[in-house]
Amino acid sequence: MHQREHASLGSRAMLFLGLVLLWAMLWGQFTVLSVLTGVAISTVVTLVFYLPAIQFSRRLDPARTVYFFVRLAFDIVVASFQVAWIVLRPGTVPHNSIVAVQLRTRSDLITMWVAESLSLVPGSIVVDLDRGESILYLHVLDTDDGRDVERARSRVLGTEERIVRGFGSAHDVALVRGTARPPEADPTPPGTEGER
Amino acid sequence: MSAEWSEAITATFIVVAAFLCAAAGIGLLRLPDVLSRLHAATKPQILGLGLIIVDVAVSNVSIATIAFAIAILFFQGLTAPISAHMVGRAAYRGDHVRRDLLVTDELADAVSRADERSGRGDSGDDSASDESPESR
Repeated sequence: MHQREHASLGSRAMLFLGLVLLWAMLWGQFTVLSVLTGVAISTVVTLVFYLPAIQFSRRLDPARTVYFFVRLAFDIVVASFQVAWIVLRPGTVPHNSIVAVQLRTRSDLITMWVAESLSLVPGSIVVDLDRGESILYLHVLDTDDGRDVERARSRVLGTEERIVRGFGSAHDVALVRGTARPPEADPTPPGTEGER
Repeated sequence: MSAEWSEAITATFIVVAAFLCAAAGIGLLRLPDVLSRLHAATKPQILGLGLIIVDVAVSNVSIATIAFAIAILFFQGLTAPISAHMVGRAAYRGDHVRRDLLVTDELADAVSRADERSGRGDSGDDSASDESPESR
């Protein structure tokens, strides 16, 4: 497995602070007591529910990150009404498809962000995920023909690009721009082979 | 902001949110299979819930409410896709998919490729392709 090193002290501290903040938010108050109990609970949680280290990219482009979130909110609003229309329109049954999309990043965190934000936007669900090869398998609602499938594919790659440009590593940015090659030789991209 | 304006915004948000939640319910009944019903069940409802929460935060401004609203949105945004993914994955593997409604199924291609690579693909096409690559 790749990217399984120990997390740096910095990224651990960030996660810990995040937990404390979350605890205070759940209580709805930022007092000494809520912060102290938050520190205690977070210590127990990080010790008991140990998770593999997250690799932060240590790169953040604030403007592009904000753009990603604004665009995500916009997509959610537009697509919610699209799905509502698909549901309510009389007659036709929607034709769907399962699309495989080869991502360019190999980062677990970025793959997670892409999968999460795609699932939040109505019209696509991540059915399966190939972690080693970073391939997402999406169920896409209402695709009538190959053109709709290709549109869904380019939407996924666009989402990946916005996320990587926002807070992906410099190497991922180069991958998205096409100025660097993926680590291992890619097999034929899924979906371009002959059908069985 | 005057009270009338905030009342108007509140009313609009709640009506839109109710419409989206209703659409989610109708979608559960009308759509043909598990995977497409998931779209209706999880998606319009996220925006519907989001609108109602924003509404509560706008009409009742305090640090506690806003912090709580952010936490709810955060968890809803984080967990809804995961539960949708788990149900979708189970539905696909349990074969609760209307394959006649699929335009393409590139996951089936990948599954049969994986079967071939591990030397299990020649035992019969369809039964083999329903197995997941890592199910054994």
